[in-house]
Amino acid sequence: MLSFIIRRLLIIIPMALLVVTLTWGLIRLAPGNFYSGEKKLPPAVEANIRKKYGLDLPWYQQYGMMMSNIVRGDFGDSLKYQGQSVNEIIRRHLPFSATIGILGYLLALAIGLTAGTIAALKQNSSFDYASMSLAMLGLSVPNFVLGPILVLIFGFWLYWFPPARWGGMSSLVLPVCTLAAIYAAYIARLTRAGMLEVMRSDYIRTARAKGLDEKTVLLRHAVRGGLIPVISFTGPALAALLAGTVVVEKVFAIPGLGNIFIQSVLNRDEPLTLGIVAFLSIMIMVFNLIVDISYGFLDPRIRYE
Amino acid sequence: MSEQNGTILSVNDLKTYFMTEDGVVKAVDGISFELKKGETLGIVGESGSGKSVTNLSVMRLIPEPPGKIAGGSVVFDGIDVLALPIDEVRRIRGRRIAMIFQDPMTSLNPFLKISKQLMEVTQLHLGHSKQQAREHAIKMLKTVGISDAEDRIDSYPHEFSGGMRQRVMIAMALSCDPELLIADEPTTALDVTIQAQILELIKDLKTRMGTSVILITHDLGVVAGMTDRIIVMYAGKVFEQASTRELFWAPANPYTKGLLKSVPDPAHEQGKELYQIPGLPPDVAHLPPGCPFAERCDRAADICRSEFPPFVEIDQGHHSLCHFAKDVYRESKTEAAEKAAN
Amino acid sequence: MTENVEIIKGASLWRDAWKRLLRNKLAVFGIIVLAFMVIAVTIGPAIIAWATGYTYDLIPADRELVRSMPPSLKHLMGTDDAGRDIFARVLQGGRISLTVGIISTFVSLIVGVSYGAIAGYLGGKIDNLMMRIVDMIYAIPYILIVIVLLNAFSGKNTTTLVSWLPQIIVSLAILIVGILISVLLFRALFDKFVATNFGVFLLKTLFIVFSISVLAALVFLASSLVGNTNAGVWLAEQYSTNVDPGLSQIFLLFFALGLVSWLTMARVVRGQILSLKNQEFVMAAKATGVSTPSIIFRHLIPNALGPVIVYATLTVPSVMLTEAFLSYLGLGVQAPFASWGSLAADGVKNIAIFPWQLLFPGLTMALTLFSLNFLGDGLRDALDPQTRKF
Repeated sequence: MLSFIIRRLLIIIPMALLVVTLTWGLIRLAPGNFYSGEKKLPPAVEANIRKKYGLDLPWYQQYGMMMSNIVRGDFGDSLKYQGQSVNEIIRRHLPFSATIGILGYLLALAIGLTAGTIAALKQNSSFDYASMSLAMLGLSVPNFVLGPILVLIFGFWLYWFPPARWGGMSSLVLPVCTLAAIYAAYIARLTRAGMLEVMRSDYIRTARAKGLDEKTVLLRHAVRGGLIPVISFTGPALAALLAGTVVVEKVFAIPGLGNIFIQSVLNRDEPLTLGIVAFLSIMIMVFNLIVDISYGFLDPRIRYE
Repeated sequence: MSEQNGTILSVNDLKTYFMTEDGVVKAVDGISFELKKGETLGIVGESGSGKSVTNLSVMRLIPEPPGKIAGGSVVFDGIDVLALPIDEVRRIRGRRIAMIFQDPMTSLNPFLKISKQLMEVTQLHLGHSKQQAREHAIKMLKTVGISDAEDRIDSYPHEFSGGMRQRVMIAMALSCDPELLIADEPTTALDVTIQAQILELIKDLKTRMGTSVILITHDLGVVAGMTDRIIVMYAGKVFEQASTRELFWAPANPYTKGLLKSVPDPAHEQGKELYQIPGLPPDVAHLPPGCPFAERCDRAADICRSEFPPFVEIDQGHHSLCHFAKDVYRESKTEAAEKAAN
Repeated sequence: MTENVEIIKGASLWRDAWKRLLRNKLAVFGIIVLAFMVIAVTIGPAIIAWATGYTYDLIPADRELVRSMPPSLKHLMGTDDAGRDIFARVLQGGRISLTVGIISTFVSLIVGVSYGAIAGYLGGKIDNLMMRIVDMIYAIPYILIVIVLLNAFSGKNTTTLVSWLPQIIVSLAILIVGILISVLLFRALFDKFVATNFGVFLLKTLFIVFSISVLAALVFLASSLVGNTNAGVWLAEQYSTNVDPGLSQIFLLFFALGLVSWLTMARVVRGQILSLKNQEFVMAAKATGVSTPSIIFRHLIPNALGPVIVYATLTVPSVMLTEAFLSYLGLGVQAPFASWGSLAADGVKNIAIFPWQLLFPGLTMALTLFSLNFLGDGLRDALDPQTRKF
């Protein structure tokens, strides 16, 4: 197991660099650049800008220079936000996204696992239908619609939570709930399906035949198998979390990393984009590794060499 | 109705139905049998005959939707099992009645160590502490023939071979020294050589511990060496019941005869085509009127197709569900005598 | 005797699944709502225009008077900021949303199925390599790809985009023709050459032909991406006309969205092909006359197609949600065209004061996605041999 972990850890940096390269290629391939706005710049000014940022050098030289910096962890300065280094920007905005992201997913897990398990145990009951329909709704309503609706109901009409502001616990509630909604929906459905399948398996029948009560059967025998689909889901879900936070940040005016990322792409702010992409891919790979390790703990049949 | 004469299990007119999309499936439709203390009863039938469902019903392990125990009674040592509240049933399960299943790979929890799976039985029913339970589990594993038990007890099911897993299941089932062991096709999923070992093991343990056994199988070869009495099931009904010796020597039911004929006899049938009961088992959701075996029976008459056959008593302890039971019995006796003469 | 039973079962696999689907009340509900939606958005705008004169882009002369009016008899869903009737816009938006959903899914189907089938069939190192590539592309945040594409090509670079269109059409044509030829040859020759080494060799050759056609198509696409190649420039000159930027944006969306969802489709198809491969050869080996290849086609292909159909049905709502997300960011459908997503995005601004501007398009979209999801679920239950009803 240990060698497996080490191998996976070692491969993260090269993979991240590869992703950065692909991204860089993509950005360069697309026509347009960061300084082209609505108006076309006079050629002299443009030549100056290109010289300043080294854009007049051949592409492989630019690539080489950039990569040698990146390997040392230096992503340079943002092109749009003058004078601020990419690392600085990431450091500043990350906590916001991370907070709502983590809290959102944890909430989604809590709701989804509970609802899914109960729905599976009381299959075809009214709770089952109600919760699964609610889950379906969660999947069908875009989160930028849900967010404002929640704000409307709880922020304006009921005045329970502030509509948009950053500070204190109460301002976290709505954004976290909005983010959690779609994930809770997926997790509830996955848990239910997984649990149903497990509860019908032979070894559960054996457990009952031994005289164990339903609670023990569920908690000791069934959970492990039932959790597996949720764990599989967590990997890609965390990757997609970024898209989720973008909307939530916009709707609730939270200065998070998601928004910064989108802006950087729109602004063709290459260093910032690459920096965030590198950071993200490392995060995703680390999370995937954690997910895979959890698999190994849950399912003894999986043994990593 | 307490049983003083040594009957440990008495099943009377048991009916277990399943509600499916295709209609009501009468998996078990009026089964009755008795099991005496220390006896081994064999339940033989093709798949879909209802043999497994019968035994799951005894332990009330039928999933309530879509299944339902629709009628009859199951009396275990004087206790009406079907009328008990479910937590009382749980106290019987694993403690007084134990069950082992067909496929040990899927019947053991792949996620838990077998130590855990063994220990929880005695911890629950006998109040063992962790230490006691563990020692007992090791002892049981040794009893079933796993000699390096101390080393292997902390393994997971997938680290054992099929035969070993079934031994673990047997150890698990017998942990609390139950009075009744129900073995549902315990050897079907195993290699032939291992089959023999497992059957020997069950026989041996049964003698040592005085357990009554119900052995379910589709394989007549298995019951021949193991059982005292046999009931033959078809389409959810008992078609014949007799002592093992009697059943093999002089069956009184065409279905039983068909089954016996299907067992290849290398000594006498070299060069001949293998016998097969023609046709397929019936769709239990849509049974025809009359005898369920009628369309496959080689001596079916009109009465067989229109009227449900009676349960005829041939002899003490020998019954057959057939319009022509006595005739079939007479024929069998004649054939047996001829064979003996040759 | 048993053989006949098998054949009967195989032929009615679809009918069985269909019956099971119809028994699922939620799925039926989904089908009905979807059918209604499709009809509504197809003929709805015409009816409204004929009945009331409102269209999605009609800004009335007295706009100051009628803007942002709540739902009334005159305007069933109220009006938006510019005085346009929201009901008409919702119907028109539906056209765009549904079209984007369906065509993007179609694109992802084509790319995903081809890629997955090739990887699965060829197996071994090639399969490994192809799946690594999928993993790598998967690692890049998809929004990045989509945004870069959309941002780069919207409006300003119309000429480049328009030069794409013939490329793409030609590529697709090559792909489809290639697939058809391969499948037909496969079917025709399989009967003759099953279980012989030559047959296996021929199958592999066919799939290589097939992959070459796919590659050719992709090369075409790539060349137009770079745009500087002679082919690209020449075609651009041939076809540079003034295309409404809004319309070209929509076309671009089709492909951008399709290209991000093909990855999982490829994985699904590959998995199916892998298991199909094993069964196929087992059957070929056991082909002592019990099964003919046509039964293979009737058993195995439906089994392989099952998850593909289910996944495709579930991709449509996912793509529509992505499009809505992009519209919210301002990158989706551009004015004057509207999609449910862009309408909802516009409506968000005024939610406190004119909630209907968000609610109607949002709820319509939610209803449609709801139905699609139920349908997808129903299909999954219907095509899955183990019914999970109880």
